[in-house]
Amino acid sequence: MPFTNEQLERYSRHILLSEVGVKGQRKLMNAKVLIIGAGGLGAPAALYLAAAGVGTIGIADADEVDLSNLQRQVIHTTADIGKAKALSSKETMLAINPEITVNTYFMFADASNILDLIADYDFIIDGTDNFPAKFLINDACVLAGKPFSHAGILRFGGQLTTYVPGQGACYRCIFKEPPPKDAVPTCKQAGVIGAMGGVIGSLQAMEAVKYVIGKGDLLTGRLLTYDALKMDFRTIRVPRRANCAVCGEHPTITKPVDYEQTECDLRAD
Amino acid sequence: MAEFVDITDVVCPVTFVKVKVALEELDDGQELQIRLNGGEPVQNVPRSIKEEGHQVLKLTQNEDGTYNLLVRKEGD
Repeated sequence: MPFTNEQLERYSRHILLSEVGVKGQRKLMNAKVLIIGAGGLGAPAALYLAAAGVGTIGIADADEVDLSNLQRQVIHTTADIGKAKALSSKETMLAINPEITVNTYFMFADASNILDLIADYDFIIDGTDNFPAKFLINDACVLAGKPFSHAGILRFGGQLTTYVPGQGACYRCIFKEPPPKDAVPTCKQAGVIGAMGGVIGSLQAMEAVKYVIGKGDLLTGRLLTYDALKMDFRTIRVPRRANCAVCGEHPTITKPVDYEQTECDLRAD
Repeated sequence: MAEFVDITDVVCPVTFVKVKVALEELDDGQELQIRLNGGEPVQNVPRSIKEEGHQVLKLTQNEDGTYNLLVRKEGD
């Protein structure tokens, strides 16, 4: 189907780029990206992917918008307080770009639903705020052969890596298992600077876009860390581990597993 | 016979975007006839086409003040 003049105008700044062009924009419009967590990371990622015209965006979150979210979760407004985050996200995304389809999942990802959740998507964005969810998403994506973007933010710091099946380390290669409970504080306990979600969540959207259009180098086999106070971006090479429990040569994890997570932590962000 | 695209109904940068879309549908070596307005389009569009590596063959002015631009698509 040819582009309408409105589409050409909406996506003109993409189409002008030789790396995107008409073909890349079509790839974006045919792409399906799932964002797990409509919080500090998911909010900017969702906004940019919707604006970019990613044809189908899934957004999964069981929480409702809370006043304390609004300092960084820029997809929600004061009027959305009390509304389901997935719904609030959908409304904002469609307000930006009515051409896209947004699927909402009013659930937290767990071992029982994660494989179904990711099954229909080309790329997954981990915008969650706790270690059990991050390991769950990693394991499920490795098992299902799905590429995904991992990210985490805390205080003035952020980190990011991209997993593509067969191309470098998975999250579990870098961090074998979740840290002991309470060894690492949550955002709720420790705080996070609002713009950190904007920086790192936008980088996740960038990785998703690059994956979809098939241009440039992804952050595979590398971990990017950002220290906002020192204004320092670093990338560290992270090797794949042959004895990784999920992506290694003799995996011991063959289906998604839930780590212990208290109700309080689940509601932390 | 060259393919034809009219970009007098849009403004920059959609003018060039429309040309780009039309060019992507052509084979290398095929020609495209473009109808464009004077001013910004006629100043910018031929240059952008050259920058992308295509050949600008001919520019003529029409009686109604619009222009016709003939270009040839070149491969990457």
